[in-house]
Amino acid sequence: MKLEADRLHPVHVVLDGVPRRAHAAPRTLLSDFLREAFGATGVHVGCEHGVCGACTVRIDGVAQRSCLALAVQADGQRIDTVHGLAAADGTLSDLQAAFKRHRALQCGFCTAGILMSCADWLGRVREPDEREVRTMLSGHLCRCTGYTPIVQAVLDVARERARRSA
Amino acid sequence: MKPARFDYLRVASVDEAAAALAEHGDAARILAGGQSLMPMLNMRLGGAALLIDVSRCSGLDYVRTEAGAWRIGAATTQAALEWHPQLRAQQPLLNEALPHIAHFPIRNRGTVCGSIAHADPSAELPLALLALGGTAVLRSARRQRTLSAESFFTGMLSTARAADELIEEVRFPSAEPGTGYAFDEFALRHGDFAACAIAALARRDGSLRIAVGGVADRPLARDYPPGLDAGALDDALNELARSLDARDDPQVSALQRRHLVRRLGKRCIERATSAARP
Repeated sequence: MKLEADRLHPVHVVLDGVPRRAHAAPRTLLSDFLREAFGATGVHVGCEHGVCGACTVRIDGVAQRSCLALAVQADGQRIDTVHGLAAADGTLSDLQAAFKRHRALQCGFCTAGILMSCADWLGRVREPDEREVRTMLSGHLCRCTGYTPIVQAVLDVARERARRSA
Repeated sequence: MKPARFDYLRVASVDEAAAALAEHGDAARILAGGQSLMPMLNMRLGGAALLIDVSRCSGLDYVRTEAGAWRIGAATTQAALEWHPQLRAQQPLLNEALPHIAHFPIRNRGTVCGSIAHADPSAELPLALLALGGTAVLRSARRQRTLSAESFFTGMLSTARAADELIEEVRFPSAEPGTGYAFDEFALRHGDFAACAIAALARRDGSLRIAVGGVADRPLARDYPPGLDAGALDDALNELARSLDARDDPQVSALQRRHLVRRLGKRCIERATSAARP
């Protein structure tokens, strides 16, 4: 069924584990929809053309740019943002804890997107080397840290997970 | 950075997509991964009255390795190909080229067929399709036709696709036994548009094929017979570099682009030749 440009259409998503419903016009970007309809301000809006990586979320588990997706496309999908990373009691995930330990953030604007990419990528690459981590991070712009503490945090998480599963 | 208004149609099959294109033609655009189309819409470099979304057509989401080719459906992401367990062994050129495409989260959504359809002259997948002698399967309500990469790419962001057609599938030939492959590119940062990208094939009989992206208005390939010595190869690469009508842009000059064709070209041919088995 064709969704008309000037009307609002219902969109159902499971946002950080919670079923949510709101309405969106076809041209509404997923990034704006998540922020404005649900107050999911952990979705940071930077360049809005896919370069900076700040708006990266997991859609059905896969890290993607929410500024290059439409809200109506996400109907029926699972969206995970930085808000869902920590446990319900506030305990940080291992990834978040490593970022804190390594001081891998300063202003934090890029961090939400970086965490979502890392969460997906570390599930696929068990024992990454530094070059692989830096290549993966090339999809995220950070103007504070110089990246080195971020790389250290990611490598630390990978090592720790490998040690625990050994 | 917000797109202008458009209608949206999610289709469940290629037939439905072709029917919508037959009705709307030029006013409609196919939306697959949207990693080229959405930035253009957001920046209002292009527009569409209707987006036809094929991204959730399960029947178009496949990687099939049969009959000597890698067949990729219109809804298949670049990541699905990149992470395919047999890719490294069976199609080393694609295996080398894919990680150069943008970044991890972009490849997670961007599609193989979408990149071919977009036909950016510096993009990796059009270059790989041309280098390998692959084909694009075009589908409309009227017919299905298969075009070689040579005849599909017609210029800057231009293809032989008619207004009522979409790419249903692209086919990359599997690696030929004994042939060596190499891919490399130069970009100012990883994931940027390539200033020059090279794909090289060295066959077991000593013949060479080299394809260049990022320099001319489309990817272009040359074939060389067996028996080129080092001097003749340098001359051939120099002639190739001069034939591509390289242009200056604010970041990379035509002079640098010609230099890159010669140097990256040489390096890729050497690497492909050492990977070839007689």
